[in-house]
Amino acid sequence: MPARDDQDSLKRTPLHGLHVSLGGKMVPFAGYDMPVQYPAGVLKEHLHTRASAGLFDVSHMGQLALRPKSGKVEDAARALEQLVPQDIVAIAPGRQRYAQFTNADGGILDDLMVANFGDHLFLVVNAACKAEDEAHLRANLSDDCIIESLGNRALIALQGPKAEAVLAKLCAEAPSMTFMDAGPRKVAGIDCFVSRSGYTGEDGFEISVPAGDAERLAKTLLENTDVLPIGLGARDSLRLEAGLCLYGHDIDTATTPVEAALEWSVQKSRRSGGARAGGFPGAEKILAHFNNGASRRRVGLRAEGRAPVREGALLFADEPAAEPIGQVTSGGFGPSLNAPVAMGYVPLALAALGTKLFAEVRGQRLPLAVAAMPFVKNTYKR
Amino acid sequence: MTTTLYTSDHEWLAIEGDVATVGITDYAQQQLGDVVFVELPKVGRTMKKAEAAAVVESVKAASDVYAPVTGEVLETNAELAAEPALVNSDAQGKAWFFKIKIADKSELGGLMDEAAYKAHTA
Repeated sequence: MPARDDQDSLKRTPLHGLHVSLGGKMVPFAGYDMPVQYPAGVLKEHLHTRASAGLFDVSHMGQLALRPKSGKVEDAARALEQLVPQDIVAIAPGRQRYAQFTNADGGILDDLMVANFGDHLFLVVNAACKAEDEAHLRANLSDDCIIESLGNRALIALQGPKAEAVLAKLCAEAPSMTFMDAGPRKVAGIDCFVSRSGYTGEDGFEISVPAGDAERLAKTLLENTDVLPIGLGARDSLRLEAGLCLYGHDIDTATTPVEAALEWSVQKSRRSGGARAGGFPGAEKILAHFNNGASRRRVGLRAEGRAPVREGALLFADEPAAEPIGQVTSGGFGPSLNAPVAMGYVPLALAALGTKLFAEVRGQRLPLAVAAMPFVKNTYKR
Repeated sequence: MTTTLYTSDHEWLAIEGDVATVGITDYAQQQLGDVVFVELPKVGRTMKKAEAAAVVESVKAASDVYAPVTGEVLETNAELAAEPALVNSDAQGKAWFFKIKIADKSELGGLMDEAAYKAHTA
């Protein structure tokens, strides 16, 4: 339990009062007092999201606008390409893309979403990194862009197979959006930014809403009996089953995008031989990983038994091995699979699907195997 | 005649003669949330008071269950191992973890009765 004075120093999202009134169990997370679960509990919240629709408060995340001084969004895109290995120029108006800020060693400073809103770029970054990310943008892009922190906005995720039908009642354009469409939309008459994306592996939406309207919008969404509020506990088990990285755990400054098995997120135009190859921090190392392979790789892991294998568990090539060959970076119980799931880093020679490994849990070596991710098939509306 | 006592770590003990049936309290299961896995001690193992005896895992985290007294494990609950969610539905009944032969009854003196435990968790 955190001490009282710790709790008092925690920041609150615009939905804090709603969480408390809904019986949310509040815990410190990235400097915010956040609901880890509601009375339904992590298991029911997880399964409800996969079966119906879940509402998540992700207002602790950072929202930023990158406005080109020239007035041309392509100039903001070109500027941002100096900091990420993604093709930002190619993001069409009304679309968004997953990206990473890299450092000079080819490591990952943060992962983020970048949307093209026509006249500017809209960024969503991790809560724990948002101050550093904003400073990084200001230090590097201020010649070309005005960097605007949108701290006056909340962010609500609506995820699950019924998310479209729920949102359609408040936003007639929602059903016509496809995966990774993003842009300004009116929701319940409120000027929002809506994207068709999320962090659960399910179809769904993320809705950026002015802080003052956030509680009204959340309550309106929750009036629909298909929607339950979902805490951070189920958010983590959902993203783990979806094989999605959690920054600071599965990816960090010591992992390159290639080691992290995120090659799919780096477009050909930024790789060797591409139209705008390199030109991002750590390009030399990251492109070498693309061209020659990296010595280790993030993989999915399925345990043979029922015991969850959690973050930090050491991995071994065989049961009696003295030296670990890798480590679990995220792990727990997957409610939809009714089985433990994990991900971690292993040497490339042991990264093939089906490779048998052992994880050390409480002094015992438990058998597991390298498995394909996502563990649960995603249901994005493409 | 069964006497039920409690530890400050939220285990309960139902004592009959020199045998204690041990589980975790309803308060503890509420704090843990949905239990998805339990690891029980081996029958025949001798445990010291306060030693980690079993593990209970929710979706989110693993927690130790401690031996409330010194003694030998006589029996474990196979039904619980097969259905860990019993901890949430019947913590102080069907979801017992293990039975232990109490080596030294004087160790019971440091435990709480129901009224004291209620005050401890209030």
